[in-house]
Amino acid sequence: MDDLIRMTAAELAGVLASGEVSSEEATRAHLDRISEVDGELHAFLATNHEASLHAARAVDARRASGEKLGELAGVPIAIKDVLVTTDMPSTSGSKILEGYRSPYDATAVAKARSAGLISIGKTNMDEFAMGSSTENSAYGVTRNPWALDRVPGGSGGGSAVAVSAFEAPLALGSDTGGSIRQPAALTGTVGAKPTYGGVSRYGAIALASSLDQIGPVARTVLDTALLHDVIVGHDHHDSTSLNHEWPSMAAAARDGIAGESLRGLRVGVVKQLMLEGVQPGVKARFEEALALLSAQGAEIVEIDAPHFEYAVAAYYLILPAEASSNLAKFDSVRFGLRVNPQGGGTVEDVMSASRAQGFGAEVKRRIILGTYALSAGYYDAYYGSAQKVRTLIQRDFAAAFAQVDVIASPTAPTTAWRLGEHAGDPMQDYLNDATTIPANLAGIPGLSLPIGTAVEDGLPVGLQLLAPAYEDARLYRAGAAIERIIEERDGAPFWAQAPSLAGITAGKAAL
Amino acid sequence: MPETSAENGEITVETVRHLAGLSRIALTDGELDSLTREIDSILHSIAKVSEVAVADVPPTSHPIPITNVMRPDEIADILTLEQALQNAPDAADGMFRVSSILGEEQ
Repeated sequence: MDDLIRMTAAELAGVLASGEVSSEEATRAHLDRISEVDGELHAFLATNHEASLHAARAVDARRASGEKLGELAGVPIAIKDVLVTTDMPSTSGSKILEGYRSPYDATAVAKARSAGLISIGKTNMDEFAMGSSTENSAYGVTRNPWALDRVPGGSGGGSAVAVSAFEAPLALGSDTGGSIRQPAALTGTVGAKPTYGGVSRYGAIALASSLDQIGPVARTVLDTALLHDVIVGHDHHDSTSLNHEWPSMAAAARDGIAGESLRGLRVGVVKQLMLEGVQPGVKARFEEALALLSAQGAEIVEIDAPHFEYAVAAYYLILPAEASSNLAKFDSVRFGLRVNPQGGGTVEDVMSASRAQGFGAEVKRRIILGTYALSAGYYDAYYGSAQKVRTLIQRDFAAAFAQVDVIASPTAPTTAWRLGEHAGDPMQDYLNDATTIPANLAGIPGLSLPIGTAVEDGLPVGLQLLAPAYEDARLYRAGAAIERIIEERDGAPFWAQAPSLAGITAGKAAL
Repeated sequence: MPETSAENGEITVETVRHLAGLSRIALTDGELDSLTREIDSILHSIAKVSEVAVADVPPTSHPIPITNVMRPDEIADILTLEQALQNAPDAADGMFRVSSILGEEQ
């Protein structure tokens, strides 16, 4: 049933609430779509038709009995494999966790389930979210539906492709340095990194605990906001979770669609986020978006953030340092892969052999780098300095937000690149994250939405909006307004321009 | 394998071998070589953090300042023994089983 998969989550929620469509039908339609296209795209690492359809029927039964359900009840959702789930394996894209079954659900997943959302599969990602192309997954690459020879971005390439290719209307992602926003940009979809601590990290397999944030992924700003409202909130299981009364993001998005919210909005353009080597078609679309904003009465203000140029360097010290510590838990004792070296050995030999076989190259690289950055004698020069840069970047943001309401930049300096194109040069991928990393270092919220395609390759370009901490709703209000003017320019929503993938070889269905 | 010190760098194969030992990752000679080169090159690109990290800048360890709060120490969210062991590579008598802790020379 093709129209069910092409509905936005908000539309689908409408026909589910009215009883025109059952959740079982909606879930089946998306599972069928996955069977049809995912052999080629490989957005999913796992599905469980029986469990998904069972959950869908349960929601249908509750609705039939007259129970008052959440707005998104019955809507299918894809879940990044970084989040642990009870109904499917959770691997974080790593061989070291192959087949791991969690005894509990991550809080974001539990909240989605209790809101009646239907988990339809676990999505592919760079191993332990280390990467920006999903090529570092231990389970193979994910292909970009806009061009099958291109990367979908990363680390959340699977979740972004799932929504872009109509395999799911909604998905959960995680963003440590851009892993929700950058894949959204490269696949023409929407994704938000909430304020740090806005969404619980409990049950998210940790990469860098002071940077990681779980967030929503969808095709429209409103859908992203609706999912944000489901997963946001304090959780006593996560000591960094914020106890804050969050306004409704969906209300902000609806306000943005309806109102004149761009009039008088002060939009900052940070010189340092306009990277050298930004692709001409990306730059052109960004400038066009600024012109559209001006025409709607927004004020564009140039901002200087002198310490942003140190953000990537600080990030690639803080992240490996925290990751090397977080990944120490994969010790072959309580869970995960165990490799017994030839001729046996002590538990330490077993641990070293297991980690050697279970971790991929990028994971080993970052663990070694992080261990070095934390070593006695180097700690102050590297990790200590990086923490000071973090302060300086926060100060730059504070100065910027004294002058503007939101900051705008291209989400990524380029459109999707070809699979394998960056292989062999880790620094190239690291430098590409320069636009998204500052938000993670400062803990502030960010949103990416599509603003058109680049003229030279016809691939999607994303606009990143940033707001002060706790001001996530501001992003949805402005984002939904921009989305509307882009839709008016194009005469159709951006997601509707995504390739239909009709005639794609029906490969083997996801396991 | 010869000691290959990267040009102008402080990272040597021996450094990486030591770090791999601390990290409990058994690296092959080939991995030691490539990681020595890569870590050295990455460190050259990121060492610039010290340019602006002057003494009067306080470090930030956490992006959103929060205060520690206390809660009653109540038993909750308990895994059953079966759940705790369900992913164990090896278990016996309700316990995780590992190979010997000490080697012969110890």
